[in-house]
Amino acid sequence: MTLLAQQIVLGLLLGGLYGLAAAGLSLVFGVLKVLNVAHGELIMLGGYGAYWLFALLGVDPFAALLLVIPGALLLGAGLYTGLFGFVVRAHEETRIKNSLLVGFGLALALHALAVRLWTADDRSISTGYGGAVLTVGPIAIPLIRLASLLVALALIAGLHLLLARWRWGKAIRATAEDWQAALLTGIDIRRAYLLAFALGTALAGAAGTLVSVGYSISPSIGLEWTLKALIVVVLAGLGSMLGTFVAGLFVGVAEALSAAAFGGPYREVVGLVIFLVVLVLRPQGLFGRAPR
Amino acid sequence: MLEVRGLEAAYGDVPALSGVTLQVGAGEIVALLGPNGAGKSTLLGCVSGLVRPRAGTIFWEGENLLAIAPHLIVERGLAVVPEGRRLFGSMTVEDNLELGAFSPRARAARRESLERVFALFPDLRARRRQVVRALSGGQQQMVAVGRALMASPRLLMLDEPSLGIAPQLVRAILDALVEINRAGVAILLVEQNVRAALTLAHRAYILEGGRVVGEGAGAELLGDPHVRRAYLGPLAAGR
Repeated sequence: MTLLAQQIVLGLLLGGLYGLAAAGLSLVFGVLKVLNVAHGELIMLGGYGAYWLFALLGVDPFAALLLVIPGALLLGAGLYTGLFGFVVRAHEETRIKNSLLVGFGLALALHALAVRLWTADDRSISTGYGGAVLTVGPIAIPLIRLASLLVALALIAGLHLLLARWRWGKAIRATAEDWQAALLTGIDIRRAYLLAFALGTALAGAAGTLVSVGYSISPSIGLEWTLKALIVVVLAGLGSMLGTFVAGLFVGVAEALSAAAFGGPYREVVGLVIFLVVLVLRPQGLFGRAPR
Repeated sequence: MLEVRGLEAAYGDVPALSGVTLQVGAGEIVALLGPNGAGKSTLLGCVSGLVRPRAGTIFWEGENLLAIAPHLIVERGLAVVPEGRRLFGSMTVEDNLELGAFSPRARAARRESLERVFALFPDLRARRRQVVRALSGGQQQMVAVGRALMASPRLLMLDEPSLGIAPQLVRAILDALVEINRAGVAILLVEQNVRAALTLAHRAYILEGGRVVGEGAGAELLGDPHVRRAYLGPLAAGR
């Protein structure tokens, strides 16, 4: 029983990062209508960015967020301007095909780059306070992972506020809902796309940083995280950042429960089962709007 | 002010507009009438920048609108109330209105614009925090008109504002248009409610199959036998 509770807590902590990873993907997908299959690689890069800052300059990973997030914002803006900005100009079918081509190409390129820069080995950031644990009864909560969960929640809440209150945040939401109407009200939708993509990349970078300090990273984690993020996005539906976070927690806990019930190898399977079940029974996700 | 000349547009191989020429002068209410599929919405689409015409010119106060990006056309003083309203349903009335004043020129005047919108549609003031999706069709139409007004337009273009709206609310909206026009805003009104549109309009054009087949003063067209037969019903033709 205690073991199960422990697993659930760990699943919850990991789920928070799933939620953060998914939020970035959801934002880009919802606004640009493009599925960035290289999203996981952006998370990976964020992790390596933090790793480098720690290994070369001794910057604490949580402090590194203050550098990784702006850096990722710029990277996102650059990737949009140089790459995805062209993809969004095409209509429906061409857009989907091009986005997958570009996304997979980018993923391969970033993966190769990472292997070159950091080798294919697993890396992790080990800080002095790394082993600290908060003990609640029989449950041990690793402090770093708890802090990561709180940071993830704070970032998601921040994003939610940005989208709700900031003029361009509202413009982004309007563009996501009806880009033609957005144009008619005078919104430069290309700028909305750029901002959304940059924000999405920033969230990915932050998620990567938290993954590298609480868990470990390697050049290959990209695809795995893209899939996890996608599962969470499908489960949550589009349109609610907070809902995406909750869905992330859900997937984290579901994985823990399935590992406990069926054994370790089945941990990943439950995510895919959720994916299929949601698409069949409630395609708009838990928090998305039903198709009219 | 608005000069459309020889406009040609098509959707793929399907022609939508063939050599359409029309004008809207300062302070005028011009109605654009015609059956479904005549190209009225396409015309508005071309003026607002959403549809790219194959040929022809669109000039607004001497400036070539075809050379300007759609989101900048609002800045020039043209605003559209699209068919079906196209509001941001998940957002509040206030947010929708605020987004209407997104362009820099409109933004500077947004407080006054908002007051003007609430004065025209008092119902909206009480509902400002409500999510638009939850409003009735008529109330949504008011929000749509309000949103376009927030852009401080000199020309307001409306595409079938009475569609699917209860008659008394249609009356309210048309009355609002008269007031808006009195304040100096020119109006280009695409309407299927021909009688209401012709009573309101100074001038009107009739579009059929992508061509202008008739043009004249509002009252004049109300008495025209072809118009009566085609648009005002069989009983009207006899009177």
